[in-house]
Amino acid sequence: MTITDEKVRQIALHANDIRQTIVRMLAAAGSGHTAGPLGMSDIFAALYFHVLKHDPKNPDWPERDRLFLSNGHIVPVRYATMAHVGYFPVEECLTLRKFGSRLQGHPERQSLPGLESTSGPLGSGISQAAGYAYAARMDGKNFRVYIATSDGEHDEGNSWEGAMFAAAKKLGNLTQIIDRNFIQIDGNTEDVMPLEPFGDKYRAFGWHVIDIDGNDIRQFVAACEEAKTVKDKPTLIHALTVPGKGIKSIEHDYLWHGKPPSKEEAVAFLKELELAHEQLLK
Amino acid sequence: MIQGNMHLREDVFEGKEKAPTRNGFGKGVVEAGRADARVVVLSADLAESTRADGFQKEFPERFIEVGVAEQNMATVGAGMATYGKIPFITSYATFSPGRNWEQIRTTIAINNVPVKICGMHAGLQTGPDGATHQALEDIALMRAMPNMIVISPCDAEEGRRATLAAAQNGKPVYLRFARDKTPVMTTPETPFEIGRAQVFWKSKNPKVAVFATGPLVHNALLAAHELEGQGTGTIVVNVHTIKPLDRDTVVSAAREAGSVVTVEEHQITGGLGGAVAELLARECPTPIEFVGVQDRFGQSGEPKELLEAYGLGVSHITAAIKRASAKSEIQ
Repeated sequence: MTITDEKVRQIALHANDIRQTIVRMLAAAGSGHTAGPLGMSDIFAALYFHVLKHDPKNPDWPERDRLFLSNGHIVPVRYATMAHVGYFPVEECLTLRKFGSRLQGHPERQSLPGLESTSGPLGSGISQAAGYAYAARMDGKNFRVYIATSDGEHDEGNSWEGAMFAAAKKLGNLTQIIDRNFIQIDGNTEDVMPLEPFGDKYRAFGWHVIDIDGNDIRQFVAACEEAKTVKDKPTLIHALTVPGKGIKSIEHDYLWHGKPPSKEEAVAFLKELELAHEQLLK
Repeated sequence: MIQGNMHLREDVFEGKEKAPTRNGFGKGVVEAGRADARVVVLSADLAESTRADGFQKEFPERFIEVGVAEQNMATVGAGMATYGKIPFITSYATFSPGRNWEQIRTTIAINNVPVKICGMHAGLQTGPDGATHQALEDIALMRAMPNMIVISPCDAEEGRRATLAAAQNGKPVYLRFARDKTPVMTTPETPFEIGRAQVFWKSKNPKVAVFATGPLVHNALLAAHELEGQGTGTIVVNVHTIKPLDRDTVVSAAREAGSVVTVEEHQITGGLGGAVAELLARECPTPIEFVGVQDRFGQSGEPKELLEAYGLGVSHITAAIKRASAKSEIQ
């Protein structure tokens, strides 16, 4: 799957739209996480607008690729992307975290079609996706299973239990995308609980590891393609991302891990994103 | 009187035929596997002890070893169930659902996928292994969880039946099994339905309804039999399904007898006793005596001596029945 410059530009425009929606929905909700969703917007745009086999009009299509989200707190990026790709109206994003909304603060499988699992409590996603991939392989299914995770949740032992399991069972149909943004709620990951050398840990655990700039759409798409060629190991796309990407004043700032923009901040953030959008159109 | 429609073994009081309830799981899961190709079994390095090894031998391609990792086992099981398999996850109850409770809550119960959590070595009769391995809080853990069904079979045959029924109900289920050999009371003809408690024994003029769960149902029957000769009539109900509790059977037995005793190998707090008390307080306030573990951990010892030391023997049940009966007369 070669990707043209024009396609990359289109995905970047979608990512910009997604970021604007994230800012709007978080400001409307008055709570939630900002840095992670903005940092992962390029990857989610690339997944839903290019990489994944899926059908927004038929979320339960049996042959779809499965995307699990382990770090459920970044779900605004998933909701926003699903809305922009046609799963539901973009305006529904403004119901995030509200009573009666399908868009729960952390994702619930039975609440909204197209989510593969319930998540939020950290560290459980790799095992769930691995179990799913294992079951699918038992039945000879050809779709791929993707699991998006965060670096902070690798403080959890369950993450590494899942990593061992996936490698032991040689799950070549499983691709993990790690949002390696070096922040967690209490500080920078290397201060809170050091994770480096992160990629080498996964190599030692028996995974195929691809190091990329997680905000480079072309690199991400190429990594997804490479993962498909590795049949006897699960693949980790070790994506170095910029938390808060797109809003210069908050990029890399761990204090933006777990808070939303105020109404005033949202106005400024949207202006910055609109300018970036115009640049992309030039 | 033993109730004929329950088709219990004729030698039920002698208790000659003994088997651990976990053996019933081992048989049942193989039968479930033969009946439905979606059934898979996950093991956390305890295949022989949990009796998962029979399934492993017959269906090696559907047996998944995860190593000593109960959190992983619950979440891998959740993933497989989300796909469409029917996973039985097997370990000791102190580890599963003990250690992996949050994974069960989030990825199985909230997710609402049909994983069957099989907790072995529940109860004091785990014996010499000591307090760390004697699960006495597992019913409480699982009973508080929405979407979860909780089953505590009274013997190996009922363990087999419960396993088969759980395989086909499409829901998250906790199945509680024990390590030690205990009397077999039921037969393949004994009716079994999840959520339907069974009246095993009923005297002509019952004064006390005894609600028991797990292998201690046998002690409850022995107590009822003994007291019958002394003129104290009882109803003995096998409450194999603790959640959902069989409201109609429990309330009608309590109403008819006028007083209640609960019997379980579990902490009274949050167990069968708690469940019965919650129900009766709402629907039919009745004097209750609780036979169970009184806010203590277990310890090493032989099963029988532990039951005596912790107040779960036949004599303790008869004493509780007498107390309950006296309370009911005062009222």
